[in-house]
Amino acid sequence: MKINQLSLFLENKPGHLRSACKALAGAGINILTLSLADTQQFGILRLIVKEWQKAKSVLEEAGGVVKVTEVVATEVADKPGGMAQVLEVIDQAGLNIEYMYAFTFRRNDKAVLVFRFDDADAAVSKLSAAGIKVIGSKELFEGK
Amino acid sequence: MNQHQFHPVSAMDYLPVEQLRQVQFKRLKQIVQRAYDNVALFRKRMDESHISPDNIRALEDISLLPFTVKSDLRDTYPFGLFASSLRDVVRLHASSGTTGKPIVVAYTKDDVKVWTQVMVRSFASCGLHEGDIIQNAYGYGLFTGGLGAHYGAEELGATVIPISGGNTDRQIMVLKDFGVTAICCTPSYFLHLIERAGEMGIDLKTLPLRAGIFGAEPWTSEMRDRIQAATNIRAYDIYGLSEIIGPGVGIECFHQDGLHIFEDHFYPEIIDPQTLKPVPDGNEGELVFTTLSKHAMPMIRYRTRDIASIMNQPCPCGRTIRRISRISRRSDDMFIIRGVNVFPSQIEAALLAVEGTLPHYQIVLTSAKGLDQIEVQVEVTSEFFSDKIRGLETLQQRISHAVENTVGIRAAVRLVEPHTIQRSEGKAKRVIDNRRK
Repeated sequence: MKINQLSLFLENKPGHLRSACKALAGAGINILTLSLADTQQFGILRLIVKEWQKAKSVLEEAGGVVKVTEVVATEVADKPGGMAQVLEVIDQAGLNIEYMYAFTFRRNDKAVLVFRFDDADAAVSKLSAAGIKVIGSKELFEGK
Repeated sequence: MNQHQFHPVSAMDYLPVEQLRQVQFKRLKQIVQRAYDNVALFRKRMDESHISPDNIRALEDISLLPFTVKSDLRDTYPFGLFASSLRDVVRLHASSGTTGKPIVVAYTKDDVKVWTQVMVRSFASCGLHEGDIIQNAYGYGLFTGGLGAHYGAEELGATVIPISGGNTDRQIMVLKDFGVTAICCTPSYFLHLIERAGEMGIDLKTLPLRAGIFGAEPWTSEMRDRIQAATNIRAYDIYGLSEIIGPGVGIECFHQDGLHIFEDHFYPEIIDPQTLKPVPDGNEGELVFTTLSKHAMPMIRYRTRDIASIMNQPCPCGRTIRRISRISRRSDDMFIIRGVNVFPSQIEAALLAVEGTLPHYQIVLTSAKGLDQIEVQVEVTSEFFSDKIRGLETLQQRISHAVENTVGIRAAVRLVEPHTIQRSEGKAKRVIDNRRK
């Protein structure tokens, strides 16, 4: 029930984000969602794509450093309080969020929250036990 | 791995010390006479110091002789220091002068023979012999590295692949397809080969390659550890400079603890670069060489600007020729930042002490508001890349602390994308000085 996320190191310079996206586009890879963490000097582009192995080699062949990380995707109602409910469970379970991002694209009245925990397996079982819907890649990419 | 077998060509390496000193003294007298008789600059310098060749009555009297420095070679460009007529010179080499004129060096037939012999002894010191397949990736041409290694390897009876520098993919193909057992190149270029081989899906550990003869630039023990961990080779440090002969002035043996100097041909001294007085064995100072047998271009007490010490303890390998410590610092490479003397090798050692870093780095010096700034650029690798900002920032801090602990100044650390630092096919350029002079 975990999702493979790709992270790409980027220098904080004009054109660097574009060339990474161009490489993926050239290989016909669509990005489901992304988040960009940035500092003054560098950034980390985090991507969720269906064909992550292919995307990884495309980015590496283009000279990038890529890391695969397991993240946890949860589905919540796209309404006020939807996210707060999940966070409450996370708090109570004593899980620490390294980072997170969210998207709603093509989810109708649902939103997807993507979390990076240190221990993804423990997080999945704790969230599931508390009744939070954790979704796998099949649901994420094929809409069930 | 066993220690290397004795090779007959190495006999001079094991001469009893007394005998070695006698050989050196006899040759010193001859070379001083030759330099005095045939080279105007040496004669003038000696006359000015009221020294004549007759004053050399013992080996220690070498310290009476005046020094020679690099600018002497430039000032007498191109042939002013030759002690042979051009008719007897069979080879010329030249250094790429970064500023102004290059320096030109010359060899008679006998000089080439000596050079070949010391290179044979160098290869033997690394355990190579007939039947080895040596890929010589030093540049062929005016640079002494290519031809120096070439003639030595051929004389050894090895199979030489004169591939010269560059064309990395072809280097790796040859390395793999020809069953190469030893490679000669700069350590920085070998790192590049390791990296590229990995990208091509070739594990160097699966090849018969077992020795690397690396030189022409200073490199640290940390760098050696990285190279040896990534491959199955022993990485040997070879030392030389065109002014003395080229590669083959000295090299490590199996024990990799200091470089044996072929001192029957190249007499080493360590001096205090300020007072110019000899320092006792074991103490660091500037390395000075006198060529004991060179005909075309004798060098009397040539100041190398390399920092080393003489190790006079016996080496477990049994060689009686003395060792010098590895040269990790070159006066010419030193830069001064905020009043502190810094050598690139110090930064390299600090960098490699931090786990996970790879040795692709560059030092950039700039000046902002009258204050010197130093930035160390390090390429991010998959080993230490983290998807968390915190992970990368921690790494930056660890590198920065390591540098500060080693050199005593705070350096900015910039993480850069892979392959953004230029790969060198010869001597790596570690420092970019953008300060206004």
